[in-house]
Amino acid sequence: MKIKTIEDLKKIKEEAQQKTALREGVGDYKLVVYMGTCGIAAGARGVMSAILEEISKRELKNIIVTQAGCIGLCDREPLVGVEKRDGEKILYGNLTPEKARQIVASHLVNGQIIGDWVVSAQQ
Amino acid sequence: MFYRMHVLVEMSSTSIPLGAAQIKERLEREVEKAGLSQEIQILESGSLGAAVPSPFIAVYPDNIVYAPVKIGEVKRIVEEHFLKGRPVKDLIYFKEKTPGVHAFLPRSPLAKEKRVVLRNSGLIDPMNIEDYIARDGYLALARVLSLSPEEVIGIVKDSGLLGRGGAGFPTGLKWEFTYKAPGEEKYIVCNADEGEPGTFKDRLILEGDPHSVLEAMAIAGYAVGANTGYIYIRAEYPESIRHLETAIEQANQRGLLGKDIFGSGFDFQVKIRKGAGAYVCGEETALLESIEGGRGEPRVKPPYPPQSGLWGKPTVINNVETLANIPPIILNGPQWFKNIGTPTCPGTKVFTLTGNINNLGLTEVPMGITLRELILEIGGGVAQGNGLKLVQTGGPSGGTMTPDLLDVPMDFDTLPKYNSALGSGALTVIDDTHCIVDVTKNFCRFFLHESCGKCTPCRIGNKRVVEILERISVGEGKMEDLDTLKFLGEHMKTTSFCGLGQAAPNPLLRCLVFFQEEFEAHIVDKKCLTGSCEMNKGQKVLVH
Repeated sequence: MKIKTIEDLKKIKEEAQQKTALREGVGDYKLVVYMGTCGIAAGARGVMSAILEEISKRELKNIIVTQAGCIGLCDREPLVGVEKRDGEKILYGNLTPEKARQIVASHLVNGQIIGDWVVSAQQ
Repeated sequence: MFYRMHVLVEMSSTSIPLGAAQIKERLEREVEKAGLSQEIQILESGSLGAAVPSPFIAVYPDNIVYAPVKIGEVKRIVEEHFLKGRPVKDLIYFKEKTPGVHAFLPRSPLAKEKRVVLRNSGLIDPMNIEDYIARDGYLALARVLSLSPEEVIGIVKDSGLLGRGGAGFPTGLKWEFTYKAPGEEKYIVCNADEGEPGTFKDRLILEGDPHSVLEAMAIAGYAVGANTGYIYIRAEYPESIRHLETAIEQANQRGLLGKDIFGSGFDFQVKIRKGAGAYVCGEETALLESIEGGRGEPRVKPPYPPQSGLWGKPTVINNVETLANIPPIILNGPQWFKNIGTPTCPGTKVFTLTGNINNLGLTEVPMGITLRELILEIGGGVAQGNGLKLVQTGGPSGGTMTPDLLDVPMDFDTLPKYNSALGSGALTVIDDTHCIVDVTKNFCRFFLHESCGKCTPCRIGNKRVVEILERISVGEGKMEDLDTLKFLGEHMKTTSFCGLGQAAPNPLLRCLVFFQEEFEAHIVDKKCLTGSCEMNKGQKVLVH
């Protein structure tokens, strides 16, 4: 697309910034998928893929997805932490790809925490 | 596509010889093998400078820099960090908890750094115009097109920006002269013929952030009334040329170069001209001759290029680094720029650290920094714990800084008071194991080789100087040679046609005074005090 006005440029800038936003490391939500050996064995890879697919499909912006190692709750794996910027931290456990998709839809899009799957919650 | 991780691999002419292309390829293969290619985006970036060894890999959003990366470690980084989320601690060079792309930049050992010119280098993918736009790219051009040319020139004049090619001429004045010169057709030329030995800042700026130079050329074009810009670049910079070509193509596609930019009616196109490796073509009038297809020889000045430049038309010639300063000056205002650096030389300077120094590479610091800070703090000190003999600033044609000048503020105004010069910003550190006769002989040989032969003082003077130095270095020197060298040097300085011959004797003249003892030892005692030259190799005599 040709840029003809300063508004065009600003639009491209915003789009480009969404693509590069993750390099700034700040998002409305930060998801941590626990990827220790225990997590991977329990299916964390599938959970990760499902989350990324769902975010991509819904074109969600300002979401950071990162990983971490084992946090010692191996029997509750796969675990996913959802941290709101300057807000509560929720840890979900015993996830499946399908549950992970629902977390994206319910928690990230609508702000509804799915209480049944919560392992711990921190304000 | 949503990528959860951006991995930037340094692809610069510094890192490519160290295997960056293979590292990137291996990275892509390992990521593919781990089934992560839908999740992780691998990008290229420019150099991060002297404080981060090449080649580096920067991982976002984790803000982790691995450097220097060896190809054998790639697999581990992918399997442990990218797949399992466990950063490989023993390979991490830099980790910053504060979020933000450049959060790790103002940190030690880069605490003294101030990035204006290198604001994007190492942080964006230079092959992608959107990365540049995301960081305010082309916004300065858009703003400029709503101002009058006089206002644009006023901003640049007020900023006090001095040309970064070495001479330190006020950029705003150059633009104003060209603007006021009569003529329908005018040109903008970007001097990227960086031939000064030890200088490689322009190469890394063009590799890391080519769009900033294109944007600045278009701004200059609008300000002076030019519709065509030429980038004269050495053919030895294939990576810079590749990045520039891609950048020009993308800017044209986006309508940020070409016809009717931002619907303002202003047209601007940029063309690349490659130099064939002659040092003298970095001299602006010889450069113009070369673009016109002539032999690279300097012209008589005046008239200066703003009156009569390319094809006799008014022409602005600016260095790469000078141009890269323009967009931030437009966006942040002249006062912001003046708050950096010294009152008479505002802004930053990009230095390239080479020679016997621990951290090699480029660094950008405010004007007025001392050599001591540059060498000890940013450069990490003289390599192998040796003593410092001299620092050649701005390459062989610049200034010679002896250890007594370590605390002199480095800017265009102060250094000439000490018979030195800032020049292009090269810092070649030479330690005390080197013989001064050898060092000066090598500098002078360089000028002899590069002299274009147009004027006698330079053509013959350099020849005689080298002959005498060669005699001294094999023990056949006479004491009167020292006077002859001084005589020749001073005459070359005052009577040569262009900057090449005028600057050629600089290091020699200073060394003759400061290291007189060493020259005399070669002539009288027939021995080299360091034992490193051809005189008596192997018989090392300690100086200190």
